[in-house]
Amino acid sequence: MSYVLATSAAGGCHLFSGCGFPSPSINDFYFTPFFKVGSVGFGKPGLLMLLSTALVLLFFWFAFRSPKLVPRGIQNVGEMGILFVRDQILRPQLGKRGEKWLPFLVSLFFFIWINNIMGIIPILYFPAMSKYGYPVALAGMVWFIYIGLGIKHQGLVGYFKSLTIPSGSPTWILPLLIPIEFFSNVLVRPFTLSVRLFANMLAGHVLLLVFTLATWYLLTVSAGALHSAVGVASAAVSFIVTILVTALEVLVQALQAFIFTILTATYISGAYEAH
Amino acid sequence: MQHLVHLHHLLYVAAGSSPVTTIHVQWIGALTYGLAAIGPGIGIGLIFGSTIQSIARQPEAAGRVTGLMWIGFALTESLALIGIAVPFFIK
Repeated sequence: MSYVLATSAAGGCHLFSGCGFPSPSINDFYFTPFFKVGSVGFGKPGLLMLLSTALVLLFFWFAFRSPKLVPRGIQNVGEMGILFVRDQILRPQLGKRGEKWLPFLVSLFFFIWINNIMGIIPILYFPAMSKYGYPVALAGMVWFIYIGLGIKHQGLVGYFKSLTIPSGSPTWILPLLIPIEFFSNVLVRPFTLSVRLFANMLAGHVLLLVFTLATWYLLTVSAGALHSAVGVASAAVSFIVTILVTALEVLVQALQAFIFTILTATYISGAYEAH
Repeated sequence: MQHLVHLHHLLYVAAGSSPVTTIHVQWIGALTYGLAAIGPGIGIGLIFGSTIQSIARQPEAAGRVTGLMWIGFALTESLALIGIAVPFFIK
């Protein structure tokens, strides 16, 4: 975004100067790194990732620093968060036997959620999950956990049987069914888990960019006296849409964190027993 | 202006008129992803709709039904997500 703003503002770009609307592109997702170690750069996404990790860690550390039987203040908020994950995600999917997965699911949910929220916080304004590498790391971790857990609980053959052969399917269809189910349950699962999060965050960020850029752009158009009324009116409409899109993003950010966590719980529950 | 010019060309193509020079690949990609999203869109609607119906009929089965709903949702949406990823694999 800063790239677009800089290049277009330098040329005095607006609707009637002929350079057109500086529509956001994939370039807006690349930042000049603060420093480089070898070929690996550390830039804004990495910084936001560290920041959200620290936020989640500090929040839960402060909330449960000295836990009381009758919770007060911040401990109430922390317990609400944990109870939400337990009652909405863990209990329906895993039941009581999955209680030991609570710390993992709580940290997964809040880590993804806080990371996504960075997309609408002023100054930060970037969801790190819209860089594909981050969701891939999370989905890869989940993949290794549920495959490893399944092999541990059902054995290598048993787990792959339960993954690839749905119960009650007739024998003659198995040659067709096994490759499809293997493809969908072993190969596609981590892929969709990561792409779902990535694509939603990318699309949301692009939507916000389109309307914030349009607001700025239409206001610069209205700098010329001739078109000022129309320009300001259009900018106002665009600004209102920006606010509405931000509200939608708040919903999508929470929903994506929820879906990621609940699917993780579902996959883990599939590792405990055959469906 | 660049984008308007391309749109102009596309409209000419749609109308079957002559001054056609280029159609940008991005336009085809955007159009095709729109097509790819129709099926999963209908599918996800059906999944959530029937989950709501079944919970309304039998509220005590809500836990089991929502579990199945998330599995079905993930499977159906994977088609739309593959649709996003496919252009990156085509050179």
